[in-house]
Amino acid sequence: MSSQDVATRNSIFARAIIYVVLILFAIYYLLPLYVMVVNSLKPLDEIRQGNMLALPQQWTIAPWLSAWSTAQIGVQPVGLKPYFINSVLMVVPAVAISTILGALNGYVLTKWRFKGDSIVFGMMLLACFIPFQIVLIPSARILGLTGLAGTITGLVLIHAIYGLGFTTLFFRNYYEAFPTELIRAAQIDGASFFQIFRRILLPSSGPIIVVTVIWQFTNIWNDFLFGSSFSGFNSIPLTVALNNLVNSSTGVKEYNVHFAGAILAALPTLIVYIVSGRYFVRGLMAGAVKG
Amino acid sequence: MADLTTTAPRAVTNPRATMQDLLPKLVLAPSFAVILIFVYGFIIFTAFLSFSGSKLLPDFSTWVGFGNYVRLFNHPNWITALKNLAIFSVLYIVVCSAIGLALAIFLDQKIRGEGFLRPIYLYPMALSFIVTGVAWKWFLDPGIGLEHVMQSWGWESFSFRWIKDGKMAIYTIVIAAVWQSSGFVMAMFLAGLRGVDNEIIKAAQIDGASTLTIYRRIIIPLMRPVFLSAFVVLAHLAIKSYDLVVAMTDGGPGTATWTPALFMQKFTFGRNEMGMGAASAIIMMMMIFTIIVPYLYSELGGKKK
Repeated sequence: MSSQDVATRNSIFARAIIYVVLILFAIYYLLPLYVMVVNSLKPLDEIRQGNMLALPQQWTIAPWLSAWSTAQIGVQPVGLKPYFINSVLMVVPAVAISTILGALNGYVLTKWRFKGDSIVFGMMLLACFIPFQIVLIPSARILGLTGLAGTITGLVLIHAIYGLGFTTLFFRNYYEAFPTELIRAAQIDGASFFQIFRRILLPSSGPIIVVTVIWQFTNIWNDFLFGSSFSGFNSIPLTVALNNLVNSSTGVKEYNVHFAGAILAALPTLIVYIVSGRYFVRGLMAGAVKG
Repeated sequence: MADLTTTAPRAVTNPRATMQDLLPKLVLAPSFAVILIFVYGFIIFTAFLSFSGSKLLPDFSTWVGFGNYVRLFNHPNWITALKNLAIFSVLYIVVCSAIGLALAIFLDQKIRGEGFLRPIYLYPMALSFIVTGVAWKWFLDPGIGLEHVMQSWGWESFSFRWIKDGKMAIYTIVIAAVWQSSGFVMAMFLAGLRGVDNEIIKAAQIDGASTLTIYRRIIIPLMRPVFLSAFVVLAHLAIKSYDLVVAMTDGGPGTATWTPALFMQKFTFGRNEMGMGAASAIIMMMMIFTIIVPYLYSELGGKKK
């Protein structure tokens, strides 16, 4: 469309170089994934003696089974399965709560403006960018005082709260472009606050809901800092368990199991990315280009 | 009393109107209250802690003034963390921007298979830093990774032990971090390139400008807002960098790859130096706010005009 018109004047030689560079970079980005997949399907001896880039001579899914249900994590030989479940139990409510609240906040901040609303929004926006180290100590204190320390509920609460800034930002920017005249007309017809939201805004909010859910899901699923700081014996999320598996200092290093575990941990977000990459990128951009 | 007479009739005749006025604020209030407490209240709490002599638990009975900050900036581990942050953030931002811009320009040349290449460049962004860390930790491990591969291919003298070398380990973290984020920067630049006004380019072409000149003199200068956005996003990710370091080196060898975020965690929860940990968190926040606040201010301010 735009700068592409410059392209038509390139020589064949220049175009060949461009293709080579683009393909080399594709290899660079795919290499770690290839290494993980290939080596998760090899017996351990083959990794130690053989070549990390070679295909397995003897294919096996034993590392996957071990990573899922028998690998030693911390003191327990239970595999990643219980931690996978913990992550699901943590992510689903946290995403739901922060998305619903974000939608309502965005609705109020654009269609029911009041004096000082931009200050409220500014403060919520700035909250997206704080280094979470600054809230770790008081958060631990609050979770301790409320008896939520070390529980999945505690993690849900923390993730929902610190996701609010972003979800509000997403919905606010989306609803900003929605014609306010429609809202005013509905108001004159006697529609209530919630009726307008449910009947008028929500039906056209599909894309932004997808973007927000993907963004929140990816961030919370991939979180390590809160998980490692606030989880207890029964609430450790998958990322923390994976790190325990890989970086435990005792025993033989089962690289093939580590790789299988890493792919297991990456699979949910990867699937989301493959299925709805367009929305994923849109979320990234919305998170980056503000205003 | 005068107030009552003026407002009461309205309330009687139209109670729904006042309800409608109040409801939006009631809906927003819980979120705002939670942000006020959990973000701004907690920042104040941590700021107080940083002036206290807290060790294992918050302790507001002893005050040390700027003592924690003085100890912080005299502590070799904090100095290491700051040096690492400087090396890491400069390389991370520069290399990500360079790769991102180059890939975006190349992809913008009416490339066949763009729809196939773009998702490949971007997928690392969907992974957690822990997964990225595991992949690169073993790929760069001298025992089984790249060095081993090269030697088994016959290059016996090939050596690549950066991840085990205190002087070089921080660069392996840069490699992994660039791998994770550069595709995202590419996407930002690509969106920017596609937004450039075609008329300007056509005019330059009529004037006989070469492709290189058009990019150097016209298109890249027009990308300034994208450079700024990329810088803000990458700088803020760099200051927060924690997970990737934990997964790849856990700060090692020794303390060679400590970052400010790692310092905060280790001192607060590992060494029971809560006061110093709080002080380090405050410094981190000040670094981020120095970058973010002017950016948000200009973005939001610019929009209103």
